[in-house]
Amino acid sequence: MTGLSFDVSHLLAGALVLVSFMLLYQTRLFALLNVFALQAVVLALSVAWQAFVQDAIHLYVTAAIAFAFKAVIIPVALHRIISRLGIHRDVENVVGIGPTMLAGLALVALSIVVMLRVVNEADALAREDLAFALSVVLLGMLMMVVRRNAVSMVIGFMSLENGLILAAAGAKGMPLVVEISVAFSVLVAFTVIGVFLFRISERFETVDARALDQFQGDRL
Amino acid sequence: MTNIAVDLVFQFLQMTVVIGLAPLLTGLVRVVKARLQRRRGPPLLQPYRDLARLARKEAVVADSASWLFRMAPYLVFAATWVAAALIPTFATGLLFSWSADLIAIVALLGSARFFLALAGLDVGTSFGGLGASREAMFASLAEPAMIVIVFSLALIAGSTQLSTVAAAMTAGVGLRVTLGMALIALVIVAVAENGRIPVDNPATHLELTMVHEAMILEYSGRHLAVIELASMLKLVLYVSLIICVFAPWGIAIADAGIGDRLAGAALYVAKLGVAGVLLGVFETSIAKMRVFRVPDFLGAALMLGLLGALLLFVSRTLK
Repeated sequence: MTGLSFDVSHLLAGALVLVSFMLLYQTRLFALLNVFALQAVVLALSVAWQAFVQDAIHLYVTAAIAFAFKAVIIPVALHRIISRLGIHRDVENVVGIGPTMLAGLALVALSIVVMLRVVNEADALAREDLAFALSVVLLGMLMMVVRRNAVSMVIGFMSLENGLILAAAGAKGMPLVVEISVAFSVLVAFTVIGVFLFRISERFETVDARALDQFQGDRL
Repeated sequence: MTNIAVDLVFQFLQMTVVIGLAPLLTGLVRVVKARLQRRRGPPLLQPYRDLARLARKEAVVADSASWLFRMAPYLVFAATWVAAALIPTFATGLLFSWSADLIAIVALLGSARFFLALAGLDVGTSFGGLGASREAMFASLAEPAMIVIVFSLALIAGSTQLSTVAAAMTAGVGLRVTLGMALIALVIVAVAENGRIPVDNPATHLELTMVHEAMILEYSGRHLAVIELASMLKLVLYVSLIICVFAPWGIAIADAGIGDRLAGAALYVAKLGVAGVLLGVFETSIAKMRVFRVPDFLGAALMLGLLGALLLFVSRTLK
């Protein structure tokens, strides 16, 4: 592994984590969608760089799939859903931005510490990619926890999946079939979530997830 | 012996250049903003005239003011000027730069801010207290961010000494995502510290959201002139800091000849001009934020700094 290729993949993976933080920072829905598209572009670049470094043709396909689905189709579709539902465009956070950022930083530190210890044997690039991928996954989960708006929860879920793709690209020998099926299952999940969004907003006239709380059935 | 004399001459030249250019940079930013807003705007040299006019005028001091109020402008100015003298603007290894590092610069700026906030509180008007409390609120976030940035830079360059950092950056340190994050964080801190547009509006003192202007509302005459000059100097200081760390090309390395140093000085002035135009464009293209959004903005700088340090840690352990 030469210095430059390591530096470039470090740059791209670090940028991916940074974009995850931008998602957490963003409080407007359309800006959130744009940042999500940006994350997909960075992910596609990162995977394409891995393909170049590892000399693996099938990773180019993965990059192309990530770009087409995540950077174009899903943001445009979400954009149209938001316009059609007339959703209130400010996102409400359960906790403030400052504590969220700090929690995110703690998660990144945690995943770095854990991953660097666990995969001691693997080569530097894979270890680093796994550490950053785990950070992106955890940040996506954090986003689903701290947001009240169903649309931004969807975006948190999708960015979590971006982390999975990054991990898959870093680990050598991930078959193309698996990646394609993951991509399609995300698209299916997106469709299901879209239907749910329509249902929720039809019934409760809001996509605020708090409205669901009163229908939890028997509470202890 | 002659070497030390030459170094001393260049050190004083640097201090004069910095203070001489400070009003010019502020004037340039104002001209750029005026032109972008299709106004004619004040002439480029207007800040010099303003300072001269203020210096001639009588200084009126409130009855309730103590000695601190009269001392504060000079303390603020002195701390800022010393901090500016420590930054290698056009040549590294100037005589003073070995006596203090980046952390000392942060501390000097911190004490300048402390005295300004005390002076704002001293007279006992509500505006002064408001400005001082807001300044303290911003500083409590901006300073940690600055320190974290300093740590990342020190880890990359191997020293907190600015001359060494500039030399290391000129020599090349490879592609580092941390540097990009540190640059953005440093720009955010600089914008907040100088009270430029998204945080504070430098062009008016008629707003309820003002911070810097609220603290110096009671000053007049030569006191006001000294404070204004100190804040112009602070702008030059931050711009020079960013230039010297992130764009040090053409800077004269220690022991360079006199010709190299003069060429470095010319290039430095050109870089300042570019930075002034960029700042004017940035300020015109963005709206001012609400005061209570500023902590989020500065928190982003802190977060960027910490994230950069973490990423640096990863690449360090792996290599």
